[in-house]
Amino acid sequence: MSSAFLGFPTPPPRAPYATGHLRGDQSFPEAAHTALDDTQQRRNLGKATATIRGKRDQVADELPDWEELRSAGSALKADVLARLPELLERFEREVTERGGVVHWARDADEANEIVTRLVADKDSDEVLKVKSMATQEIGLNEHLGSAGISPVETDLAELIVQLGADRPSHILVPAIHRNRAEIRDIFLREMPGVDPNLDDDPVRLAEEARKYLRSKFMSTRVAISGANFGVADTGTLSVVESEGNGRMCLTMPETLITVMGIEKLVPSFTDLEVFLQLLPRSSTGERMNPYTSMWTGVTEGDGPEEFHLVLLDNGRSATLADGVGREALQCIRCSACLNVCPVYERTGGKAYGSTYPGPIGAVLTPQLAGMHESRDDPNASLPYASSLCGACYDVCPVKIDIPSLLVELRHQHVEQSRYTAEAAMMRASSLAMSSAKRFTKAQRASRLGRVLGGADGRISALPPPLNAWTSARDLPAPPKRTFREWWDSEDGREAVRAARREAERGES
Amino acid sequence: MRVALFATCLGDTLFPEAVKATAVLLTRLGQEVVFPPGQTCCGQMHVNTGYQADALPLVRNYTADFADESIDAVVAPSGSCVGSIRHQHEIVAERYGDRSLRERVERAGAKTYELSEFLVDVLGVTDVGARFPHRVTYHPTCHSLRMLRVGDKPLRLLEQVREIDLVELPRAEECCGFGGTFALKNSETSTAMLSDKMRAVTTTGAEFCSAGDSSCLMHIGGGLSRLRTGTGTVHLAEILASTEQRFRSEEEVSA
Ligand code: SF4
Repeated sequence: MSSAFLGFPTPPPRAPYATGHLRGDQSFPEAAHTALDDTQQRRNLGKATATIRGKRDQVADELPDWEELRSAGSALKADVLARLPELLERFEREVTERGGVVHWARDADEANEIVTRLVADKDSDEVLKVKSMATQEIGLNEHLGSAGISPVETDLAELIVQLGADRPSHILVPAIHRNRAEIRDIFLREMPGVDPNLDDDPVRLAEEARKYLRSKFMSTRVAISGANFGVADTGTLSVVESEGNGRMCLTMPETLITVMGIEKLVPSFTDLEVFLQLLPRSSTGERMNPYTSMWTGVTEGDGPEEFHLVLLDNGRSATLADGVGREALQCIRCSACLNVCPVYERTGGKAYGSTYPGPIGAVLTPQLAGMHESRDDPNASLPYASSLCGACYDVCPVKIDIPSLLVELRHQHVEQSRYTAEAAMMRASSLAMSSAKRFTKAQRASRLGRVLGGADGRISALPPPLNAWTSARDLPAPPKRTFREWWDSEDGREAVRAARREAERGES
Repeated sequence: MRVALFATCLGDTLFPEAVKATAVLLTRLGQEVVFPPGQTCCGQMHVNTGYQADALPLVRNYTADFADESIDAVVAPSGSCVGSIRHQHEIVAERYGDRSLRERVERAGAKTYELSEFLVDVLGVTDVGARFPHRVTYHPTCHSLRMLRVGDKPLRLLEQVREIDLVELPRAEECCGFGGTFALKNSETSTAMLSDKMRAVTTTGAEFCSAGDSSCLMHIGGGLSRLRTGTGTVHLAEILASTEQRFRSEEEVSA
């Protein structure tokens, strides 16, 4: 290295501990315990994820170049991450030249303050919200609320969650854990001016929501959106959605504020071609999403008069600094990994305690917000919330190797939390298995376990921590002889001789 | 070919029948089977739980036995251990090892095969002359499926078995919920996944659920046994090694 040493390097900051939704207050196993007991939610989730999985498989299979598209998407995103500073500066320049105002927010607190100030400057006490993961990540709605500003979610599912004073359970379908009867009850209880005879027909439910939102679109002057993509070359922003409510927010109000994570860039406009194929097929199982909105700066007499872009770090630079873990920043939030995840399917999204649930959440959340901010940080349990089955890797449209990232984060966790009982056990077992001599000794000792087996040779109760196994599963008692003992015995030699004779007979 | 058997720590200690079957089967198919006695464990549990430093001695030990040039191939009756050897040993060696370890890891990894891969890809056989007159359903196991991409090789082998009644497992490709220490750390979620797998197995009416991994079978079998379902588990290798003189030994029956 040729550059001069300028003092201690400052690690980039993680997302703040107390602000936003990047940390639950329970560890994953604790939160999962509650979720697993919720039979209604289990059924809702099982049904919804199975349906969407089937649709995704069908439309992905349709494209003969699907694998090439995935490779292209992955390579594009890797390139963006490799030269992020340069692309961001380019992007800022382009947005500014086209009449937008760019704000940089180091973390959730800064972003919340910037947005709230911008809204207050407009003397507005109500803002429209386009469904956005970034604003949810930083807890913008809560912050606006504390400043006396009411945010109105306009995405139908997001609205259901908001009215139900609930937390979202899925990136794409935040109310996936609710069925229509529950939604009807929420509307009747919380939606002003709703028809008291409302039934649970989805068409009727959508109609009531539309009526409610229409009145908001007509009267609200400020809207806040996220962004699916920012195009560095042209300063263009894009939101893709299914209902068209987002488009209303992007065009009707006088002021538009977009909060975008700094990793959401693509280099050029033509790159959108790749992602606009990958995203809808992976997320909703549609060939194309119904509404793709794009805007570049401001245009007199058309759309918002003022456009502000808040570029959000909130732990992204820290994630980028991790040579292995940074791959998680390639995510385009399609939610395909959630829909195939057998763990997510059983526990739902809330068990992850974060805006980002499921497999991607398990690798992204601990990186953005850290996992050692306190003793027993709930985020430290997230990398373990996976059986490493690998289904997520197979569907990810940008080929994020989530299982390997999980293993890497587990390694990082262990490196930072030495001297636990588990670490002692792992060390001991490593030692016992580092040579055959010690291993065979340990095997002989384990055979004492035979006494735990009943007459039928199964073990049904073990002491902690192995009782976590026997709570639901038997374990066979160790057999009388290990394989290597058999191999070295006369029986073993005779079995091999007999097999060899058979081989010779077969050949002759 | 000189084929070294990798018994795996679990196979050697708890499920020797699957390893015996592998040894006998490969010998019967004309291979010279050896068992390097220095072998122990691939270190998968350590890597997957985050203890890569503790996996290092095990990676060293594995390569000490199996990188040897006198060995043409290594075969293990375990998709997940082979997956770990091929994909995770490199990570560990890269992080902690020297150049010579990295080379040995590469050499050993490149010739280590899961049983069905070895039979179909290397030996080019699908009919191993087995007979297994039972109703069987097959669980493909995640690591065989997604880390090794064995595809339908196990099924192609099973389809050739005489008198077998092979029935399709609903939602076969879904994880059984084992996941190594996941089964302990998230035992409730693991159990929920297991319940669905067991339901799928029992709806097939199979006498046995088979797989290429003793670890997954320990999980599924442990659940089936706890619920007294009357459905058993059997390793793929045991089916393939079964012949007219039924292979499974008296020892196993009397255990
Ligand atoms: S990690 Fe991949 S599959 Fe999961 S949400 Fe992100 S892009 Fe989609």
